Amino acid sequence: MNLLPFYLSLPFVQHALLAATLVAVAAGLIGPFVVVRGAAFAVHGTAELSFTGAAAGLLLGGHALAGALIGSLLVATAFAVLGDKARERDTAIGVVLGFGLGLGVYLLGLYHGFATEATNILFGQIFGVSGPQLVLLGVLAVAVMAVIGWVYRPLLFASVDPRVAAARGVPTRLLGLAFLYVLAVTVTETAQVVGTLLVLSLAITPAAAASRLSSSPLVVAGLSVLFALVAADGGLLASLPTNQRASVFITAISFATYVLARVAGPAVTRRARDRAAAASADPTLLPGVSG
Amino acid sequence: MSAPQPRVTLTGASLAYGQRTLWHDVDLTVSAGEFLAVLGPNGAGKTSLLSVLLGLTPLSAGSVTVNGHAPARGASHVGYIPQQSAVESDLPVRGRDLVRMGLDGHRFAGRGAGRSGRARVDAALAAVGAARYADAPVALLSGGEQQRLRVAQALVADPAVLLCDEPLLSLDLANQRTVTALIDAHRRRAGAAVLFVTHEINPVLPLVDRVLYLVAGRWSIGTPDEVFTTESLSALYGAPVDVLRVRDRIVVVGAPDTGHSGDGHDHPEEPAAAGGRRHRGGGSG
Repeated sequence: MNLLPFYLSLPFVQHALLAATLVAVAAGLIGPFVVVRGAAFAVHGTAELSFTGAAAGLLLGGHALAGALIGSLLVATAFAVLGDKARERDTAIGVVLGFGLGLGVYLLGLYHGFATEATNILFGQIFGVSGPQLVLLGVLAVAVMAVIGWVYRPLLFASVDPRVAAARGVPTRLLGLAFLYVLAVTVTETAQVVGTLLVLSLAITPAAAASRLSSSPLVVAGLSVLFALVAADGGLLASLPTNQRASVFITAISFATYVLARVAGPAVTRRARDRAAAASADPTLLPGVSG
Repeated sequence: MSAPQPRVTLTGASLAYGQRTLWHDVDLTVSAGEFLAVLGPNGAGKTSLLSVLLGLTPLSAGSVTVNGHAPARGASHVGYIPQQSAVESDLPVRGRDLVRMGLDGHRFAGRGAGRSGRARVDAALAAVGAARYADAPVALLSGGEQQRLRVAQALVADPAVLLCDEPLLSLDLANQRTVTALIDAHRRRAGAAVLFVTHEINPVLPLVDRVLYLVAGRWSIGTPDEVFTTESLSALYGAPVDVLRVRDRIVVVGAPDTGHSGDGHDHPEEPAAAGGRRHRGGGSG
C-alpha cells in the first residue's frame, strides 16, 4: 500500500485515473435510466457494435475511439428506427447485433496491425490513453453530464410514467431518441476503460445495486455514481501491482457491490413494505358493507 | 348563482383521422365546477377528445379553448388522471416522486419547483390520504393506493380543468368511491371543470351534471336524465336500445357494437344496490 503515492505520481496512472473517473460519473449517471427503461440489452448491443466501429476505425488509420463513437451513434439510430416498442426494440437490437458483430470480425481480419489493439477494444486498456484521447473523453463526459442534467426531470417522467408524461406535454419519443444517443456516447466512453464486452459492469451494475438500497431517484443516482467511481478507480488502482487488466478488478468490485446491495437490500425494502402495509390498514380504504 | 366561467369550449369541433371521422360539429361548453361524463363505445373518440384538450392532437375543424386559451402541451392548469395500471416492480420511485412529477416533471434544465414544491407535494399527498405511504416504493403499493397517488399527481398543480381517462377501471368498489370522492372534492374546492371519460355511468352518476355521449360520429349532450332515455340513445345508436332504471342504476340494453361499454351486463365491482350513496336531484327514476 505504500506503493500508492509512487503510483499516483506517475503521469500514465494520473491520466488513467482521470479517464476512469470521467467515465464512471457518466456511466453512473445514465445507469438508473437504463434500469428504469429496461434498456440493459440496448447497452450491451451498443457496446458490442462499438467494437465493429472501433475495428473499422482501426482499419482506416488507427482511430479506434473515433470509429467506436461513430459506430455506436449509427447503431443507436438503427435501434431507434427499427424498434419503437420495448419488445420490438430488443428483437431489433438482436438482429443488428448479429450482423454488426460479423462485420466487426471481418474488419478485424483485414487489419494487420498489433493484435493487442483488438483485445484492448474488447477488454479495455486504459493505461495507454493519450493526451488528445483524454481530452476527447473529458469533452464527451461533460457533454453526457450536461445533457442528462438538462433532460433529467422529463426523462425520468417519461421513463417511469410514459402515458402521463406524454399527456403533460413531455416529448417522450424525442427523449427516447436522445437517451439512445447519450447512451451510445457513454457506452463508447466506458468501453475505453473496461472494454466493449464489459461495459455492463459500469453502466448497469452500479445502478442495479443502488436501486436495491433506495427508492428515491436522486439517492439512487448518487449511489450509482459513487459505486461506479469506487469500481472504476478502485479497480484501476488494484490492478497496478498485478499483470491483470484493470477491467478484471473493475468488474469484480462492481459485482461485489451488487452482491452486498442484494444482501443488504431486503432489510431496506422490508422497512418500506412495512410502511406500505401499515398504510394499507388505513380505515378509509376498508371495503364498504355489501348489499 | 352568477354565471360560471367557461373552462372548456368546443365550437363546431370535428376530429378525423384520414377518412375516419370520430365526431364532428361538436358544440360544448364545460363550466367551472361542472362534472361532465364522456361516454360511448370503444373507438368513439372519447380518449381522442382528451388528447385534443391536452394539446396533443389538433382538431380537423372548428375551435377549442381550455381555460380561455388554445390547448397547449404541458399546460399547468390542466390535470390528467389515467386508468390504473400496474407499476412495474424494481422501479426506484416513491409515491412522493410520482406526485412531484405532476408538478415539475415536464420541466427541462432542472428548473424544479424547489422547496415550495415539496410543500405542495406534501399537501397533495395528505389531501388524498396517501401521506403514510408517500415514501414507500410505488411498486409495493396496491392498485387503489397507486390510483390515489395518480389523483394527487393530477391535483398537485391545482388544475382548473381535470381530464380523467377511465380512472376507475380495475379498481374495486371501495377504491372507486374513494377516487371519485377525491375528484369531486377538488372540483368543489377549486371550482375545476371535470371531464370524466368512462364506460360505466353508474359509479359517477351521483356526481354527473351532464353527459356527452359519442357514438360513431354522432353525439348527444344533456343531463343523465335527458341522455339516458330509450328514445335518445336509440336515436343516437340508430338502432333500438332500451334504457332501464333499476333502483338508482342505469342499465343500457341492446346497444350494438359496444364491446364492454355499458351494454347492461353487471360488473362485479359495481354496487348491486348502493344504499349509502349521495344523490343529486332526480338521480333515480
